[in-house]
Amino acid sequence: MYLLNRDQRHAVNYTWMIISLLLVAFLPFLLFLGLYIKSTLLLQEYSLFDLIFSKTWKPASGQFGFYPFIVGSVWVTLVAMLITAPVCLLTAIYVTQYTKKNFLRIMHPAIDILAGIPSVVYGLWGILVIVPFISEYLGPWMGVKTMGYSILAASFVLSIMIIPFVLNILIEIFRAIPMELKEAALSLGATQWQTIKHVLLKKALPGIIAAFGFGLARAFGETMAVLMVVGNVVRLPKSVFDPGYTLPALIANNYGEMLSIPRYDSALMFAALLLLAVSLFFNLVMHFFIVRYNKY
Amino acid sequence: MIFATYFILAILAVIIYSIFEKGLTSISWEMLTQIPQGGYYYGKGGGILNAILGSLALATGATILAFVIGLPVALYLNVFLIRHKKVIDVIRFLLDLIWGVPSIVYGAFGFSLMIFFGLKTSLLAGILTVTLFILPIMIRSMDEILRTVPIGLQEAAYSLGSNKSEIAFKIFTRQSFSGIITAILLSFGRGIGDAAAVLFTAGYTDHLPNGLLEPVATLPLSIFFQLSSPVPEVQNRAYASALVLTLIILIVSLFSRGIGKRYHKTKINF
Repeated sequence: MYLLNRDQRHAVNYTWMIISLLLVAFLPFLLFLGLYIKSTLLLQEYSLFDLIFSKTWKPASGQFGFYPFIVGSVWVTLVAMLITAPVCLLTAIYVTQYTKKNFLRIMHPAIDILAGIPSVVYGLWGILVIVPFISEYLGPWMGVKTMGYSILAASFVLSIMIIPFVLNILIEIFRAIPMELKEAALSLGATQWQTIKHVLLKKALPGIIAAFGFGLARAFGETMAVLMVVGNVVRLPKSVFDPGYTLPALIANNYGEMLSIPRYDSALMFAALLLLAVSLFFNLVMHFFIVRYNKY
Repeated sequence: MIFATYFILAILAVIIYSIFEKGLTSISWEMLTQIPQGGYYYGKGGGILNAILGSLALATGATILAFVIGLPVALYLNVFLIRHKKVIDVIRFLLDLIWGVPSIVYGAFGFSLMIFFGLKTSLLAGILTVTLFILPIMIRSMDEILRTVPIGLQEAAYSLGSNKSEIAFKIFTRQSFSGIITAILLSFGRGIGDAAAVLFTAGYTDHLPNGLLEPVATLPLSIFFQLSSPVPEVQNRAYASALVLTLIILIVSLFSRGIGKRYHKTKINF
């Protein structure tokens, strides 16, 4: 029935496993190395400091300043987190502390669907709903002129996109808190809200920070949805109603012509390297928060 | 709190509603069954069959490849390394790290690999890039299922004289069959919806792909390109394409929910 005997099959399977494992284990280093080699060309000619803090972006004349893109990315990400953080925290508390178990059965598919919607569809929804809303209602109401394609629009779409991600982690964290802890607080005469505020939130704090950190890292690298609504103007944004440009959008928009201008491809690979570094850094730091959280 | 919760549910409803409302008014049978004809991007006839088939081919290829690499890794972690908690933790940590890497970085990496090997934009390059992208998702979700397999089952198999790879491939895979299918479908959904990774590597074409080395159109990119057209008819097609993509993903996700309840036959309950 089998071509090989038992020990041979074991050997084949074992080799298959080890090769796959090595491949996966080296993937992060390969990613980093590959992008680093590609961007050395640029790094040899400009100092890292100049690249990050210079404001002029004119690839045709050899000026590569990433500052506007970095600022744009930071703005979009932070504003998105400002929307996501309270919504997710409150929802997670409500779902885990105040509702019956059945409610989670409605919530989980909803979160899954939100998580499953592709980013292009989010971008399209942003163009259809959010952009007109900002240019026609919110902008005039706040007394600013805006096209709608703005940092705010990108942040809003982005915040919806990372809600399922952050919310899932938060729900897990709140559910992992032992029941006894809550019961002890309640038996001492604390109200439900006092228990949540002084016991649950305190206990879950490292986990909450980690969840927000993971969300932040995810938001920072999001490409298509942001690209479609952020406006893509290379300029330092003055308010959230101004259009901006983000690092991922820079890479995605210019891949076509990057081989025609010298050092341009290297510059885009450098942008990808920056993204990778930021994402690895955040995930690393947040991982240690989680580890600390699990120790308590 | 109640407001925040219903805010999320309401947003979901609004998204689904606006996609369906816009999509249903502009979708037609022609769109689903034809490839773009001349002048398609100026509002002339044709459809997005090239993108639908291209996306399916790309995501299927990538899922199969990721499965071939991912399953042994997940099994190795849970059968061979079960006594080495530290090593498992390090590998899980690495996997979580690469899970967090944005897909555009994979796209850029895939592109530089492509140039390094002298490949052109093609289905193959797209498959490879998407494989890298969905690999951590696949492994971690299988891993989460496999780690729930009780140690007693392993010990029982050892006592009957099985070796480790038999335990891995014959017992663990059967015990967690539904979970593995769910992991595969989840990765498939991720792979088919992602645009940034294939932007550089898969290219775009109006024709159906004939082989692995030819460029291929994908649904997310076709939505993106059609949407950036100034012609209203073409934009309407973008809405219809978005509806198709969303439907594919909803079906996949419903399917993976249903499958967990169905396959109990091979599972031993403790």
